[in-house]
Order: sequence, then C-alpha cells, then structure tokens
Amino acid sequence: MTPQAEFHQRNRDIHPPAHTPVYKTSVLRSPRIPLWSLQNSLSEVTGPIFSADELGPLDNDLVLNYAKQGEAIGEQTIVHGYVLDGNGQPVSNTLVEVWQANAGGRYRHRNDTYIAPIDPNFGGCGRMLTDERGYYFFRTIKPGAYPFRNRINSWRPAHIHFSVFGTGFVQRLITQMYFEGDPLIPHDSIIATIPDKSAADRLTARLDLNSSRPLECLAYRFDIVLRGRRQTLFENKLQGG
Amino acid sequence: MTPPPFIPSYLPETPSQTAGPYVHIGLIPEQAGFEIFENNFSGNIAGPDVAGERIIIEGRIFDGAGHVAKDVLVETWQANAAGRYNHPADTQNKALDHGFRGWARTGTDFVTGLYTIRTIKPGSVVGRKGRKAMAPHVNFWLASRGINIGLATRMYFGDEEAANSDDPVLNIIEQPERRKTLVAPRSERDGAIIYTFDIHLQGDRETVFFDV
Ligand SMILES: [Fe+3]
Repeated sequence: MTPQAEFHQRNRDIHPPAHTPVYKTSVLRSPRIPLWSLQNSLSEVTGPIFSADELGPLDNDLVLNYAKQGEAIGEQTIVHGYVLDGNGQPVSNTLVEVWQANAGGRYRHRNDTYIAPIDPNFGGCGRMLTDERGYYFFRTIKPGAYPFRNRINSWRPAHIHFSVFGTGFVQRLITQMYFEGDPLIPHDSIIATIPDKSAADRLTARLDLNSSRPLECLAYRFDIVLRGRRQTLFENKLQGG
Repeated sequence: MTPPPFIPSYLPETPSQTAGPYVHIGLIPEQAGFEIFENNFSGNIAGPDVAGERIIIEGRIFDGAGHVAKDVLVETWQANAAGRYNHPADTQNKALDHGFRGWARTGTDFVTGLYTIRTIKPGSVVGRKGRKAMAPHVNFWLASRGINIGLATRMYFGDEEAANSDDPVLNIIEQPERRKTLVAPRSERDGAIIYTFDIHLQGDRETVFFDV
C-alpha cells in the first residue's frame, strides 16, 4: 500500500441525503448545516485492520452459528460477491459484517416486538474477512419482510444489513442488500431515500443460479464498491518535485 | 512528469443505507441481548500493556428536538500515545504500539443514552502531506436509525488549548464558536479522567460534521 494515498472525494449524489422526509426518523437526525469539506490527512487515510484469528470458524455461517437444538429455519441462501474500490481494485482482508431478521421477519433484539416468532436456532448476524481477491461469502436463511412504524402500513422488503471497512476510515460504509424480484422494493421508504434510481438498483442482489448448491441452497450475488484512491504515481511525481 | 495512468471509468460507490434500529445485532450483539461470537469488539480498547494516559470519553447524542438518541452506533479511530496510527500508511518515525489497534465501537445506552469509550489519550499526528501537526484528536463515526449515511466528526481535548488554537482542521471552520462543538472538556470522577463529548445532530448547537 502506498503511504498517504488519498481517496477520491465522495460522490454524494449517489447516496441518500441526510434529510429525507419520506423516512420520518431522518427529519430530526439530519444535520442542517452543510458538512465541512476536509481534505485527507493521516486521520482519514488510515483505519482499523482486522485479522482472521479474531473471527471464529462459524462466524460466516448464520445457519449454524447460533444453532442450539437444530439448524435455523428458512430458505438456505448463500450470499457472495467482491468488495472492490472505485478503481476496480479488490479490497482484500477487510471486515464485512452482516445482520438480518429471521425467516419470519423478526430480529433477535430486545427492542423488536413484531408478532413473528424468534427462531431459537438463529442469531441473525455474521462476519468475515474478504480474501486477497476481495471475495466474501456467507450462508444464511433468507430474511422475511417486516413492518415498521413510518407510515401506517410501511413494510421493509427482505434485506440484509452490511457493514464494511475498507483500508481507510473514510471508506467506512453501512448499507442494506435487497433480493431480486421482491415486490416490496418499489414501496420501500428506506430505498426511496436514495435519489438516484440506478444507484438504488445496485443494492439489489441478483439470483445466481450457477453458484447455488443443487437440492440444498440458493445463491445471490452482491458486489460492494468502496471509494477509490487517487492514482499514487501522479502524487509521487509531484512530491518528488 | 509522467502523466497519470489512463483509467477508462470508475466504479460508482455502493450507496449507503441507514443502519436501522437493530444495528446492535450485527455490530454489538451483547447490547441487542444475546451472545454469539467468541471475540467481541468493544469500546474498551486500552489493554494493560498499552502506553499512555487512561481516559474515558463519554457523552450523549441529541437530535434536533433535544431528545437523547439512545440507539446510536459510535465508532472511534485514533492514534496511539506517541501520535502514530496502527496502519501501514502511517510512516511517521514514531513508536508503534502493537497492542493498540486504536479503534473502538460502542452504542449509546438504551436507558441513559450515554456512550462510553475507555482508551488512552492520543498524541499529536502530523498534518496533511507532512505539514503542520494536528492537535491530539479522536475521529468519530456515527450510524443509526434515521442517519442515512454515517456522520464523521472529530473530538479534540479541552486541555490542549494551545495545540487546538493552532490546529489546521479546527481552523478551517469559519465560525470560532462552531469549533467549540468539537472540543471536549476534561474533568475527574472517582480518580478517572473524563472527557465529555456531547454530539448534537441538529439544532442551535449542531456539531460540526465533515465531508471527509
Ligand atoms: Fe432491517
């Protein structure tokens, strides 16, 4: 890694703005003063590094990682893809964390009171490091849709929450992945916070039959792109004078 | 001068989505109410072998109506006591502290709304492109229900007045009174050093957030 390689400025047009009345909770939690633009220093281009020995062998298998008396109930699903940066380079050895509702749409969380039952064998979270190609995969069950208090009758499409680090703290990203063909996608208030339709569409994972396991498990493909670094060759020449 | 290599196109970044009300499941399962992983990340990052002054950073996060936000993920990233980040891009000629990653994660408490980070006070880090040193600071990143894209800010130390007044980042903030939203006062409680850093997401005392 080249020292001090700065990141491209974030293209804010592809992200949801802070204030999106369609998602009511954002109204009081959105800064109203414009963000101060800050060029990268060491504080921005560096970030935490994680190692494989911090993770357990079942951390990326949500079907088994909380199994008490049996496997989690639901449609077994593999989710996989590559974490790349804006230059198309793999982001290797980076931490990917995921969390989701169970097959009935219920979260294992003390604040979730939805009527769907808790699955005693499903925790609902997992984590993994990308390999040297930026590749990650995990096994889970397909989450159910669930209602939330936004409008009277607001439902979330099935989704998996993702948290990704990258190599610099300014690449930090939390997002959500949706499933191709879900009829709730066009009605969702959270997806609707993204103004750019094509950007929102990139959050929908595609069915990947070739990667499914016959008679066992379906697969979906979800690639993630983090911000890219500037071309360091140019930087070095400038610094070298 | 060699021209920059030709790159036909860039891949657009994956858009952000809110972390939602149940962010704890994935990132702080203990706070969600269950145990699953053998190793858990936490807000307590100053192990016994780490050099530096032990400090506690705590505070609450307020929304635009003045309500305390009790479901916010708080992550911090900082240099070690010598002022070096544990990362290969930091090539400053300062001691690395291998037992100190420098990254903490916690959530505001469901009842009190307080977050707590137990760490060490970082040293001063060199500024952008090796220029003027930055005052000691801790980088913050917030995500939660109602926050569509993670919010970045910095905490500076109230007892570093001289360094703060010379800090190249604080000084780009045009209004001096807004710089104060980033400076945490120091106090002592039961023998512990406390820095209180309250964050205002919106309103009269809105914290300075950065587009980094
Ligand atoms: Fe959710």
